[in-house]
Amino acid sequence: MAELCVHDVAVTLAQRDVLRGASLRVMSRELVVLLGPNGAGKTMLLRAVLGLVNRRRGSVRLDGDDPALLSAAERARRLSYLPQSRPLAWPLRVRDMVALGRFAHGASPERLGNEDAAAVERALVACDLQRLADRPCDTLSGGELCRAHMARAMAGEASILLADEPTEALDPLHQHQVLSLIRAYADAGNGALVVLHEAALAARFADRLAWMRDGRIVADGPPDQTLTPERMAEVYDVRATVRRIAEDWVVAVTGPA
Amino acid sequence: MTDRGVLLALAAAVFAALAAACLVGSTSLGVDRVLAALAGGGSAGDRVVVWEIRLPRAVAALVVGAALGASGASLQGLLRNPLAEPGVLGVSAAAALGATTVIYYGIAGAGTLALPMAAVAGALAATALLTAAARRVGSVVTLILVGVGLSSFAGSLTALLMNLAPHPFSLSDMLNWMLGTVANRSFNDLLPAAPFLAAGLAILFAGRRGLSALTLGEEGAAGVGVDLPRTRRLVVLGAGLATGAAVAIAGAIGFVGIVAPHLVRPLVNHDPARTLAPSALLAGLILVLADIGVRWAPPDAELKLGVVAALLGAPVFIWIAARRRVTSG
Repeated sequence: MAELCVHDVAVTLAQRDVLRGASLRVMSRELVVLLGPNGAGKTMLLRAVLGLVNRRRGSVRLDGDDPALLSAAERARRLSYLPQSRPLAWPLRVRDMVALGRFAHGASPERLGNEDAAAVERALVACDLQRLADRPCDTLSGGELCRAHMARAMAGEASILLADEPTEALDPLHQHQVLSLIRAYADAGNGALVVLHEAALAARFADRLAWMRDGRIVADGPPDQTLTPERMAEVYDVRATVRRIAEDWVVAVTGPA
Repeated sequence: MTDRGVLLALAAAVFAALAAACLVGSTSLGVDRVLAALAGGGSAGDRVVVWEIRLPRAVAALVVGAALGASGASLQGLLRNPLAEPGVLGVSAAAALGATTVIYYGIAGAGTLALPMAAVAGALAATALLTAAARRVGSVVTLILVGVGLSSFAGSLTALLMNLAPHPFSLSDMLNWMLGTVANRSFNDLLPAAPFLAAGLAILFAGRRGLSALTLGEEGAAGVGVDLPRTRRLVVLGAGLATGAAVAIAGAIGFVGIVAPHLVRPLVNHDPARTLAPSALLAGLILVLADIGVRWAPPDAELKLGVVAALLGAPVFIWIAARRRVTSG
C-alpha cells in the first residue's frame, strides 16, 4: 500500500504565492484528478510533491518519507512523473524512450537488466505500443506519442504516478485511451494524481476530484459530491450545466459566470 | 550494426590511418622501412622520422580529435543541441586565450604544466559560463549566438594580448593558436597535457548516462531520477579539461566536434550517451586523415590543420543548422 500525503504546502516563487496551503491525500488504487483554472497552482503542486521547488511551509510524505529529501533516483523509483511539457531532443526509438523510465533502476536504453527489459515490455504492452516499439519517436502521431510517454512513465513501476495534463492536445478518443491507461495503472494497485482540464472526462475516470483555485484545494471528493454547477462557477468562474448519465458525465459550459 | 561493431570498425580505421600517417611525408619511406622503424629496427634516421616526427604528430591529431569529439557529443547531449561544440561555443577560443596569456607573459617558463593548466582554466570558465547561460536563455539558437560572441571576444583578447606582449611574436604563432595545428609535435609536447585530457575523457564518460535521460528535457530527466546538477558539473568539468588539453596541444580546431557526433548519431539510434565513444574515435580519425592531407600540401603553403577541419566541418554545421526542424522546448 502506498500513500501520498500533502499537508498545508505553500510555495512562493518570485514573491508570488503560487501555493497557499494545499492539502491532499492519494492512496493505492486511487485516481485523483486535480481540476482548476490556469494559474491555480496544479503543476506547482506536482512539482512541490516531487521536491523540484522549495516549500515555504507544509509537509509532503510518501509512505512516511519526504520525497524532497530522497536522492533523485530513490524518489524516481517511488514517484513517477509525466511533466506537462514533453520535449524530445533526439528521435529515439520508442523502446529506448520507454526504457528511460528505468533510469532510476540503473538501466540505460542499451543496457537493460532482465527486470528492466521485462518492465519495458509490460509498459509497451499496456500502452499497445509493441507494433511501434522500433519506430523513431518523431514518426509517431500525437496520440501514439502520448501513449509512448505514458509507457515511459509506467515503465518505472513506481507506486504513485503524477501526470500533468497527459491528454493535452488529444482528440476525444485518444483522451479516453490515455485515461483508461491511467485507470488501469491505478486498478493494478498504484496511486495516480492527474492534472486535467476536462471536468467531464475527469469525472468519468476519477475516484476523487480535487478542485484547486488560487493555490488552495477548495474541494475534494467523489465526482457525484463535488461536480456541481456551483463548483464550476466557484472554481472556473463559468456558468455550466452538469448532468450525470449512468457512468458518464456531461458538463456544458454556457458562458462566464 | 551493434554499438560494439561500430566501435571496432572505427578503431580499425584509426589504426589504419595512424599507419598511413607514418607512410606519408617529405622523405619518402617504403612500407618495409616504416614497419621496421616502428618495430624498433631500421636505420637511426628512419626511426627519427617515424618515432619523433610522423607518429607523434598523428597521435596528437588523434587525441585532440578524440577530446573534441567527446566534448562535442557531451555538450550536445547536455544542451540538447546538435550545433553545440567547443569551437562554435567559444570554449576552444577561451582555452587558446588562456594558453597564449601564459606564453606571452612568460609564465609558461614556470613549468610545463602551466600551459595546459591555463588552457584548461580558460575552457572551464567558458563551459561554466555557457551552461549558466543555457539555463537562462532556453533557446538553442540564442545559446549558439552567445557562443559565437564569446568566441569572437576571446579571439580578440588573444590578438590584443599578443599585440601588447613584452616578447616579440610572429604572426604565424598567432595563426597556430587560432587555427590549430599539430605540426612539429613530439611526444614530449603531448605529455604535460595528457593527464588533463585523460581525466576530461574519463569524467565525460562517467557522466554520459544522464545525457540519455536529458532527451526528455530537464523536467523529464529530473522526473526519471537524473541528478541534474551532478550531470551538469561532470559535463562542464569533463569538456573543460578535455578541450583545454586539446587546445594546449594543437590550438583551437573547430567543427570536428559537430561533424563526428552528427555522423555517429544514426548508428546508435540517436542515444546521446552512446554517441560519446564512437564520436571520440571518429573525430580522432577525421583529424588524423585531415593532417595527412595537410602534409600532402606543398610544405611552403603552411596549411593549418584547423583550416582543413573547418573546410570539412563548416559546411556540415551550416547544413545541420539549415535543416533543423523547429521544435518546442
